[in-house]
Amino acid sequence: MKAIVSVVGKDKKGIIAQVSSCLYDMSINIENISQTIMQDYFTMIMAVDTSDCSIKFDGIKQTLNALAEKMGLEIHIQLQSIFDSMHQIDTVKKGL
Amino acid sequence: MYSSNEIIETINMISQQHLDVRTITLGISLFDCITDSKQRTCEKIYDKIMSKASNLVKIGNDISGELGVPIVNKRISVSPISLISAASKGHLEIIRTLDKIADETGIDFLGGYSALVHKAMTPYEKEFILSIPQALSTTNKICSSVNVATSKAGINMDAVALMGKIVKECAYLTKDNDSLACAKLVVFANAVEDNPFMAGAFLGTGEDDTVVNVGVSGPGVVKTALEKVDGDLTQVAECIKQTAFKITRVGQLVAKEASKRLNASFGIVDLSLAPTPVVGDSVAHILEEIGLESVGAYGTTACLAMLNDAVKKGGIMACSNVGGLSGAFIPVSEDAGMIKATEIGALNLEKLEAMTAVCSVGLDMIAIPGDTTPEVISGIIADEIAIGVVNTKTTAVRVIPVYGKKAGEYAEFGGLLGRAPIMDINKYSPAKFINRGGRIPAPLHSNKN
Repeated sequence: MKAIVSVVGKDKKGIIAQVSSCLYDMSINIENISQTIMQDYFTMIMAVDTSDCSIKFDGIKQTLNALAEKMGLEIHIQLQSIFDSMHQIDTVKKGL
Repeated sequence: MYSSNEIIETINMISQQHLDVRTITLGISLFDCITDSKQRTCEKIYDKIMSKASNLVKIGNDISGELGVPIVNKRISVSPISLISAASKGHLEIIRTLDKIADETGIDFLGGYSALVHKAMTPYEKEFILSIPQALSTTNKICSSVNVATSKAGINMDAVALMGKIVKECAYLTKDNDSLACAKLVVFANAVEDNPFMAGAFLGTGEDDTVVNVGVSGPGVVKTALEKVDGDLTQVAECIKQTAFKITRVGQLVAKEASKRLNASFGIVDLSLAPTPVVGDSVAHILEEIGLESVGAYGTTACLAMLNDAVKKGGIMACSNVGGLSGAFIPVSEDAGMIKATEIGALNLEKLEAMTAVCSVGLDMIAIPGDTTPEVISGIIADEIAIGVVNTKTTAVRVIPVYGKKAGEYAEFGGLLGRAPIMDINKYSPAKFINRGGRIPAPLHSNKN
């Protein structure tokens, strides 16, 4: 399944490293990354594919929540379909 | 791929502006459960609903988790029980069965303890309606509605007169809980068959066996979007339209996903702005953002008309099947801005009545003094129903004559139902008019003025 991981929090060392290694441990492939610093806040958006991951979506969420708590960040994972639905017109073509 | 801004926008809508899907309502037809035995009918109802809805709460929670958007309520609507129980006269047994189902499935509300008597009442339908106070005062999650008028049939004033008494009895039987039973009872004109919202949801006779209807919400999202608009009202309307599009797309996605997983047909998305009592989730605050000092000020009806129309225009493009009540809701007790306006005297029943002529759905969650007579309540109902019948739209009345309390005091309902300042109302009597009974004929639908 295609999903979006978004990470927001106070900038510090190792955010990309820790989040991507956590995803790697769950066999989740990162397909695209963009990141910026907005008013001292680190904001990273990752497009990921969970097809090779054997953990259920709820489990992935819990793992990311645990990491978020440890690092003092906010990490969300949501299916890509919600962003497709809200920000793109051609949902029929996308089968949504 | 979308921009970071779009992704952050969605996340902020959910985490800060209270974007949510208010309800997934699973409609279940009970026509195949009709028998002439009370016990057998109840068994069939229990088996049918449990076979279709036992996973409803889990599926709702799963979808919510995956999309990261709250789905506040999971509800069931059923065929009007007055039709299902007519052969067995088993409505009192059915209410126990429905109560048990509501508990076992863990859903939030179950609607459909309903009767459709817009032209006339059969003797059994009258008996059924007389059981509503008992049904609502002995259960927690069951909701009831009665359709007393349509634009084609006119207004059944015998039913309107009866409903004044029923509302009072509901109030009395739950007098220890600020007459809470009245919050679970709606009197309709032109009731719709696919409404996902309570207390008025039931599954109509023209519907499929199992249907998913979804109600979206997001007054806070619209208000936040409007904060950035400095332009004229054309731009305001455009901004509301575009925001409603995004909100409704979430509803469409949830409805499609839920219908797939529940093995039910995708019914409709109800394009509604439904407030909750929390700060930042108010329809009144949208109207104030447009430029009113307080909701209730002159100009309120015009602002609301524009808001309601723009929500529909944006929503219709976003969604393949639109239905239900579709519009802005103005329930007083469930909207922090409406409560405030009532407290400061800016909003009264007469202004609310005018507002209902241009939005969905009617006089909703309005607390009135406990000593209001049944005839006055019937008068309030008749006026509101007439607005719906003449304008060919759905209107409804959900008023709570709070037992033992006076204007200026508060009724506390808790949860989504909120708290309501009790409104002072006009006490001149319409008793002679109400007690005449009979039917107000259907209005002319041409030569409109």
